Amino acid sequence: MTVLLAAAVAALALLPLVHIAVAVAEVGWSGVAELVFRPRVAELLGNTVRLVGGTVAVTAVLGVGTAWLVERSTVPGRRVWHVLLVAPLALPAFVSSSAWISLLPGLDTYGGALLVVSLAYAPFVYLPVVAAFRGLDPALEETARGLGLSAWAVFRRVQLPQLRVAVLGGTLLVALHVLAEFGALAMLRYPTLTTAVYDQYRATFNGPAATMLAGVLVLLCLVLLLAEVRLRGTRGYARTGAGAARRVVPVRLGALTGPALLVLATVVGLSLLVPLGALVSWFLTGTSARVDWAVLAGTTGTTLALAGAAAAVTTVLALPTGWLAVRRRGPLATLLERTTYLGSAVPAIVVALALVAVGIRVLPGLYQTVPVLLAAYAVLFLPRAIVTVRAAVEQSPPVHDDVAASLGVSAPARLWRVTLPLLAPGIGAGAALVFLAVVTELTATLLLAPTGTETLATAFWSASSALEYGAAAPYAAVMVLLSAPATVLLSRDVRRGLTT
Amino acid sequence: MSALTVTGLVKSHGRTPVLTGVDLHVPSGTTTALLGPSGCGKTTLLRIVAGFDDPDAGTVELGGRVVAGAGRGVPARSRGIGFVPQEGGLFPHLSVAGNVAFGLPRRLRRDRTRVAGLLALVGLDAALADRVPHQLSGGQQQRVALARALAPEPSLVLLDEPFSSLDAALREDTRRAVADALRATGATAVLVTHDQAEALSTADQVAVVRGGRLAQLADPRTLYSRPADLEVAAFVGEAVVLDGEAAGGRVTSELGELSLGRPCADGPVRVLLRPEQLRLSGGPGTRARVRGVDFYGHDARIELELPSGLRVSARTEGGDLPSEGAEVTVVVAGPAVPFPAAAPTVPPVATAPARPGVPTAT
Repeated sequence: MTVLLAAAVAALALLPLVHIAVAVAEVGWSGVAELVFRPRVAELLGNTVRLVGGTVAVTAVLGVGTAWLVERSTVPGRRVWHVLLVAPLALPAFVSSSAWISLLPGLDTYGGALLVVSLAYAPFVYLPVVAAFRGLDPALEETARGLGLSAWAVFRRVQLPQLRVAVLGGTLLVALHVLAEFGALAMLRYPTLTTAVYDQYRATFNGPAATMLAGVLVLLCLVLLLAEVRLRGTRGYARTGAGAARRVVPVRLGALTGPALLVLATVVGLSLLVPLGALVSWFLTGTSARVDWAVLAGTTGTTLALAGAAAAVTTVLALPTGWLAVRRRGPLATLLERTTYLGSAVPAIVVALALVAVGIRVLPGLYQTVPVLLAAYAVLFLPRAIVTVRAAVEQSPPVHDDVAASLGVSAPARLWRVTLPLLAPGIGAGAALVFLAVVTELTATLLLAPTGTETLATAFWSASSALEYGAAAPYAAVMVLLSAPATVLLSRDVRRGLTT
Repeated sequence: MSALTVTGLVKSHGRTPVLTGVDLHVPSGTTTALLGPSGCGKTTLLRIVAGFDDPDAGTVELGGRVVAGAGRGVPARSRGIGFVPQEGGLFPHLSVAGNVAFGLPRRLRRDRTRVAGLLALVGLDAALADRVPHQLSGGQQQRVALARALAPEPSLVLLDEPFSSLDAALREDTRRAVADALRATGATAVLVTHDQAEALSTADQVAVVRGGRLAQLADPRTLYSRPADLEVAAFVGEAVVLDGEAAGGRVTSELGELSLGRPCADGPVRVLLRPEQLRLSGGPGTRARVRGVDFYGHDARIELELPSGLRVSARTEGGDLPSEGAEVTVVVAGPAVPFPAAAPTVPPVATAPARPGVPTAT
């Protein structure tokens, strides 16, 4: 029974890939060749790969550098810096890119896109690296220092090899996000495969050209995913026990304290203060800055309702898979679990495209309705819910069920009195993660929301696309306010899986 | 309280046989320890008795009623068996009181005096009732788990390595509190352990499990002084094994002529002595050289090299100890237990005990 449910969930997650495969089969090889082997596609591919490569390099350096300063050096105010370095997660990338382009219209270049996207995604590397630093056995570093290695040599020869998995995992996440990024890059007018799919869709609506572009995009994602799977196999470098018992003696920066502070201040300034400052200035100076409270409240209400429904649906869908992955370990459970991860690796634009096509072909009545939108959210954000449900199931070992049974409690009563109370925190955390992701989701919402339904993200998008920054600012402010609590939680508990 | 009878129990995990025909009788109101190395099948036996696993063959009888095997399978929740898992397995979402009262009927769950009574039974202060499990020490968690298991007045209590996660000092206290609580309720209990000191000191009878079957079932004293074979002998304590020649109820060995604890046929034999039977004396006896002294305070273990090169252990009171390299004479107190000469050999000198003063398996 559970297996059937989990298989149905996996099938839902596979829908985008199936859609592309069917389209490829229908168009045929010559059609594919005609649509894909074009100079324009080559250019888009080049743009995309360059941006992914550049962002990975920049975020890796930024993430590891800042994590080292915060975790292992005597730089003043480490706790404050830690929160500030995680805080950009509360700013959707399309909001910060609007902010940047409104300040510096000349940023619509490769350099501009690299700057904006790297700053927005650096926390994806920073957080796992911080977690890895905290998990490293201090004894190893002390041993190395005892053997006469300098701080730099300790970093290069002892810490960096152990951080490898965290850095690779974080940068893979960055790469997948850059591949899927639509809003920020469209705002910066930097064409990638994803923005091109959107333009193509707007121009020809569900044409094979859009689908073939999406196919190329998905192929890139799959390559990255394969790398991820290979990585998973080697995980387990860092100590994963109860965490380091002692705090390591931090490296004295001495005369380098000033430059270190300058580096941190620059990163935080560029990733946080500039976008937030731009939002505030839009609000104060923008000609269109008259807040229509009724509309803002209505949009916020719509967003919260959609996010709440999506959180509920996604969490329920995550339960069978998360349960199987722990209690019925085996190739089938692993396959079903990994399949659902595919959905979130596929860019939102592709998921939306697939659901549009399915909506039109199979269930015409459902096209541009809330259920289809919720299905898209579920496909995109299932892994977040599954990861947390899974962790919760792992923390409630079967022994509790055995004990309850030996005390004469029936199976339904055991579910009610033991299993659900134990899983509740995990289920709640998973639902909250999905909720917050939906609040700032732009791409799928743009394509699939019923006509006239505006969320905070789409309202911000249409206002800032029309250069009405003053009108856009309140929507951004509400999104930031809603995302902030989760960000604070993430900065506190860096060990929690980062599947954003 | 009811007696437990296990007959011909067989169980495999996949192709690996775990139990290969276990027969066990636990009389009503007594405590039996299942003693064996890890992987010998003792936990599997416990889980089958509890009803968490089904046997491949054989029966489990509880108070004269067949609860498993012979085409019957009474579910765990209808067996009335209390279960104390390793490390307690307390419900983390419930307070101590909520845990203890978990198996009681709904109307009794709010009864504070009942909870307090159960906590007192396991030697815990009633003030702990409102704590949550992670605020308790390991030993307290074990006691709460026992109180929870005893609350519905089960006919049998099963304890799965209840003390293995506790450190030495806590273990002794907890062990005594658990034994007292079991005795006070008159519960029939089965305790799984791999620690022979724990088994010998806690249980009324000890069942040594080896390779999926029972090697010996006896009360602790008999098990220690008359083990069924040399392997069991070495498992329940440190063994001194000597070759000898039996004749007329006595045996001649390297430590002189020894009396026999039980009759045996004349001819070559192997005999078992315990280290505490070896006494160092200044007078006549077998000469030996001291090769090592482990001092534990209350007593000491002295490693001796006999003239033949054989190394044996002696356990003496910690007063006047010889120094390493000294020559001493050894006399033997009490009888030796004979075994056939062809019996499987064990290393003549045990490894150093894990804990001071407690004999350990070789």
